[in-house]
Amino acid sequence: MTDAQDELEAQFAQWRHYVARRPELRNSDADELEDHLRGSVEELLAAGLHTDEAFLVAVKRMGSLDDLTREFAQEHSERLWKQLVLTGGTGDTDGKAVDGRSRPDLLAMVGCALGAAVSIKLLELLGTRVESDGAEVLGVDAAVFGLNFGLVVLPWLAAFLLWRRQAKRALIGAVLALFALGAVAANAFPLAADSQSVVLTSIHLPIALWFVIGLSYVADDLRTPRRRMDFIRFTGEWFVYYVLIALGGGVLTAFVAGTFQAIGISPEDFISRWLVPCGAAAAVVVAGWLVEAKQSVVENIAPVLTRLFTPLFTAALLAFLVAVVITTASIDLERDTLILFNLLLVVVLALLLYSISARDPLAPPGLFDKLQLALVVSALAIDVLVLVAITSRITEYGTTPNKAAALGENVALLANLAWSAWLLVGLVRRTTPFATLERWQTNYLPVFAGWAWIVVLVFPPLFDYL
Amino acid sequence: MKVTKDLVAASATPMVLGILAEADSYGYAILRRINELSDGELDWTEGLLYPLLHRLERLGFVEASWQSVAGRRRKYYRITKSGRTELTEQRRQWDTVVDALKELWSGPGDSRPLIAIPEGGLA
Repeated sequence: MTDAQDELEAQFAQWRHYVARRPELRNSDADELEDHLRGSVEELLAAGLHTDEAFLVAVKRMGSLDDLTREFAQEHSERLWKQLVLTGGTGDTDGKAVDGRSRPDLLAMVGCALGAAVSIKLLELLGTRVESDGAEVLGVDAAVFGLNFGLVVLPWLAAFLLWRRQAKRALIGAVLALFALGAVAANAFPLAADSQSVVLTSIHLPIALWFVIGLSYVADDLRTPRRRMDFIRFTGEWFVYYVLIALGGGVLTAFVAGTFQAIGISPEDFISRWLVPCGAAAAVVVAGWLVEAKQSVVENIAPVLTRLFTPLFTAALLAFLVAVVITTASIDLERDTLILFNLLLVVVLALLLYSISARDPLAPPGLFDKLQLALVVSALAIDVLVLVAITSRITEYGTTPNKAAALGENVALLANLAWSAWLLVGLVRRTTPFATLERWQTNYLPVFAGWAWIVVLVFPPLFDYL
Repeated sequence: MKVTKDLVAASATPMVLGILAEADSYGYAILRRINELSDGELDWTEGLLYPLLHRLERLGFVEASWQSVAGRRRKYYRITKSGRTELTEQRRQWDTVVDALKELWSGPGDSRPLIAIPEGGLA
C-alpha cells in the first residue's frame, strides 16, 4: 500500500515538474490544479481503481496541459509580460510562492546601492579642494574624481555578486587585493592633473576593474568558457540596463529642475552634487541586480541590437573603404581619430561577441555568419590602414603614453578579430565548429584585462608620469 | 446528448456564482456540483473553470482564501456582495431568455404555431 502511495506521490511530483515549466501557470495555480487532481484521484480510488490507473484517468480528464495553459494565458495575459517586478507579494496569494531568493537579493542590492552612493559622496568629501580664496568650493577635483570613481563604486557591485555567489574566502581576498592594487595605481603615482597618464589611467582603470567584476561574476567556476560567456552576456545586458536607467534618471532630473524652478527654488546644486552622482553610482549596482534577477525571464536585448546593427555597420564600413580607395585619402591621425578607430574595433568586436553569445551552437552557418565575416574583414582592412599610419608616426616623432596605449589596444583587437575572421571562414565553409570561435573569444578575455592593467600599472612609471 | 460548448461558456458565470451563493466551495467540488446538477450533460473542463474563477476574482465577484486541508493547500472561493448583485442581474437575463423560449416552444394549448402560420397566412 505504501509502495503504491509512494508511486503516486512520485507521479504527482513529475506532474508538478511539467506544470512548473509553463510560465502562464504560477505556483498558486499549480497548487490549485494539484488539489483538483488529488480530489479526482481520491474519488477514483474510492471507486475501486488502482493508484496508477486512477492517476492516469484523472490526468486524462484534466485534458492536455497545452489546452489548459492556453485558457490560463487568455485570462492572465499579463503574466507573459511583466515577469520582472520588484516582488514581495503583489497583493496576490503568491507571496511566498515567488522565487524565494528575490527578497534577500533585493535587500542586498539596496544595501550595496546605498553603499555606492555614500562612497561617491565620501570621495567628494575627501577629495574636495577649497580654493585659496575660500570663496569657491568646486566639489571634487576632476582628476581625483576621474581616477577614483570606479574604485569607489565597482567594489559594491563586486560585493553584491560575491555575496550572491557565496564566494570562497580566497576569491574574496583576491578581488579585494585587485581593488587595492587599483587604488595604489590611481593614487600613489605622482600624476600631474594635466598629464596624459591621468587621462589614460582614468579610462583604463574602470576597464581593468570591470574584469575584476568578471572575476566576481564567475566566482563559482573560474575556468569554464561557458561562465565567461555568461559574463560577456552580463556585461551587455548591464550596459543596456544602465542606459535605460540613465534615461529614466534624465527625465527625473528634468522634472526636479523644472518643478522647483517654477516655485522659485533653484535645485541646481542638489542635482549636480547629490542626485546625479549618487544616482549614477547606485545605478551601477541596480543594473547588475536587474540582470541577475531577470536572466532567463526576458529576452536578452544586446543580441537583438546586434542583429539590427550588424548589417548597418557592415554597410557603413564598406562604404568607408570604398571612399578611401576612390579618393586615395590617407587617414589623418589626430588623437581623437585614434580613439575613434579603436572604438570602432571595439564596436565590431561587441557585435561579434553578442551574436556569438546568442547563437545556437549547433545551428548550421547561415547568411548572418557570412555578413559577420564581411563586417570583420572590412574592419580589419580599415585597421590595417590605421596601423600603418600610426606606426609611421611613432617612428617619425617618437612615442607618447597615448599613442602607445592606443597602439597596444589596436594590436590586441586586431589579433582577436583576425583570428575570429579565420574561424568565421572555417565556420561558413563548415570546416570549423562554432564552439571553436566561442572558445577563442572567451579565452581571449584575459588579454584585454591584462592590457588594461598594464596601462594602469606599468605605463605611468614607464613614461615618467608624462 | 451533450450541451454545446458555446452554451456552456455562456452559462458559466451564473452557474459558478449560483453554486457559490449556496455555499463557499473550491474548484473540484464546483465541478462535481455542476456534474450533479446536469446529470453529467454539461461538459466542463478545468481549462474553463479555473480561468473563470480567476476572472471573477479579478472582477471582485468572488474572494479567495487558501486553507490547509488534509496536508495540502486548497483555494476556497466565496461570493461577494457585488457577486450577488451580478448573479441577480444574470438571473434576470436568463429568466427572460428561458421564458421566451418556453413560450415559443410550449405554445398556447394544442395549436401548433409553426404550422398554423402558413395556413392562416393568406386568409
